[in-house]
Amino acid sequence: MSIDFLISALVTIIGVSTPILLAATGELVVEKSGVLNLGVEGMMLIGAIAGFAVTNATFNPWAGLICAAAAGVLAASMFGVLVLTLGSNQVATGLALSIFGIGLSSLIGQAYEGTMNPPFGSIFPYELAHHPYGKVLFGHSPLVYFAFVMVFATSWFLNRTRAGLVLRAVGENDLSAHSIGYSVVGVRFAAIAFGGALAGLAGAYFSMVITPIWAQQLTAGRGWIALALVVFAGWRASRLIFGAYLFGFLMTLELYAKASGYHVMPSQFWASMPYLMAVVVLAVISARDRGGSYAPACLGRPFVPNG
Amino acid sequence: MSKITRRSFVKAAAAAAATVPVLGGRAFAADPVKVGFIYLGPIGDAGWTWAHNKGRVEMEKALGGKVVSSYVENVAEDASAVPILRDLAKQGNKLIFTTSFGYMDQTLQVAKEFPDVMFEHATGYKRDKNVSTYNSRFHEGRAVLGTIAGMMTKTNTIGYLGSYKVPEVVLGINAFTLAAQAVNPKVQVKLVMIDSWFDPAKEAAATETLANLGCDVITTHTDSPAALQVLEQKGLFGFGQGADMSKYAPHAHLTAIEDIWGPYYTARAQAVLDGKWASIDTWWGMKEGTVKISPYNASLPKEVAAAADKIQAGWKDGSYSVFTGPIADQTGAEKVAKGARMEDKDLAVIDWYVKGVQST
Repeated sequence: MSIDFLISALVTIIGVSTPILLAATGELVVEKSGVLNLGVEGMMLIGAIAGFAVTNATFNPWAGLICAAAAGVLAASMFGVLVLTLGSNQVATGLALSIFGIGLSSLIGQAYEGTMNPPFGSIFPYELAHHPYGKVLFGHSPLVYFAFVMVFATSWFLNRTRAGLVLRAVGENDLSAHSIGYSVVGVRFAAIAFGGALAGLAGAYFSMVITPIWAQQLTAGRGWIALALVVFAGWRASRLIFGAYLFGFLMTLELYAKASGYHVMPSQFWASMPYLMAVVVLAVISARDRGGSYAPACLGRPFVPNG
Repeated sequence: MSKITRRSFVKAAAAAAATVPVLGGRAFAADPVKVGFIYLGPIGDAGWTWAHNKGRVEMEKALGGKVVSSYVENVAEDASAVPILRDLAKQGNKLIFTTSFGYMDQTLQVAKEFPDVMFEHATGYKRDKNVSTYNSRFHEGRAVLGTIAGMMTKTNTIGYLGSYKVPEVVLGINAFTLAAQAVNPKVQVKLVMIDSWFDPAKEAAATETLANLGCDVITTHTDSPAALQVLEQKGLFGFGQGADMSKYAPHAHLTAIEDIWGPYYTARAQAVLDGKWASIDTWWGMKEGTVKISPYNASLPKEVAAAADKIQAGWKDGSYSVFTGPIADQTGAEKVAKGARMEDKDLAVIDWYVKGVQST
């Protein structure tokens, strides 16, 4: 097992893990503020088609990324209005957003099926990006570095800034935060918008970096894995990297095992494993009342100010 | 004022009704026959479904106004196909094509409920009075690809990105391997099954995996061009699946297997129009024109192109079958004796890989 082999495998793992990490980071902030947004898959797909379409029209991938984030924010804002202003059930609205995102992206994407963009690769100089060892560090699309930066930025924001403290307070005890004078709806809306932006970028990773063609349901369920990852990481930003890369490692390991002829378990087991884990972990959310959980205390509960 | 009694009213109404058929008789022309299709993926997948849809359009063009067709995309291969098929039957479709293996039981189930609607199931093996099956000899195309891959590989390792372990895929893998071994006895085939017909991100990751394990020519049995894009970036070679995909990978795309369904769909719709439809099993190939090889990449060396042409000619005139013995399975046991040819009935249900395929 040579260094080249390990490096190439690592590049694949990074490619698989990054979108999950991005989407999970956004969802972490949303859930820390007390809102459960199950629409990650839908927001990712909306971001994916937005990024693809804009890049196709302008030939500028940065414009594509910005529009992908903006599209994610728009989609999340629809969710925010329904859930915060109109008080609708968060679980149902989130699922509706997922389904809506799948449908809307497929509808818009019909015009782009079969077209191709240039892949949005590394912005570092060619020699560095393709260096046999350097490509691990320099050979990635900017979104990969952005994901790492966002995880650390989010962790720092939540734990070390006043604004982050306010956000956590809103998620733990919204009535107390309200009585002190903080705008619960405002903080939650901002968190939802942030989650939408990152989910949109995560979706853009699929349509702009991995395979710069458009295909319906390009994300193939990775949004649900991102949701599960937030719970798996115990709502702690620093653990997100570990969880995302564990998923990426397992998914890549499955491919290498099959290609090398090792058949430890039936291949259907490997294929369903990330989603099985997602189901198990999502069940933990609903069991949060039993024995100390790290979930924000107000997760999923609508905010109803007295009087 | 005449008395309008109920009796006179009924008499007048009956008289009026009797004239309707005479009046309306001339307006009745033969209504076009409705033909329905259900597709596994989107018509824009540039592969499997795109080819079926192309066939549907050709059928409509060939038969003019005598048929009118409709389709439903993205029909999952599970119980959710049943209400969709029922819906198509109730809408008046007289001929319904179900274009993927996973619709087998659903097709049979709905066919029993609608005995005067004809169903055609692609790549399956169960039939009924009103259910036909049809398939294409894709493995003939795989033999051409295997010949090219065996001659083009420099690492003697070639890759196969599979979907599910169903007979059609196993046939393809075996044909590819046997043809490659015929021109390059040292070649090994690495196989990855991704348990999906269409998942671009996973196809890309699997292609990277195969490339990292030493494969320099990779063919896919999945429906998106994602694998070709990865190969283009890495400077390796590959093939298009279901359609000519050279625009996605101008250097990597050596050739492609194209599925040509138009002639079959036209023939079956014509049979319904003529009232001659019966349940049959059709397995056409290069000879009948359902399998076509795309133009070779301009960079393909002449002797490789010549070898590939020879295989195509052999299939077309029946002188060649890639499944000619001696063929051993992965344990080394001889499954086909020297000189013997595997018959269709064994090919249709094959579930073992030949020696040289490095996976289970």
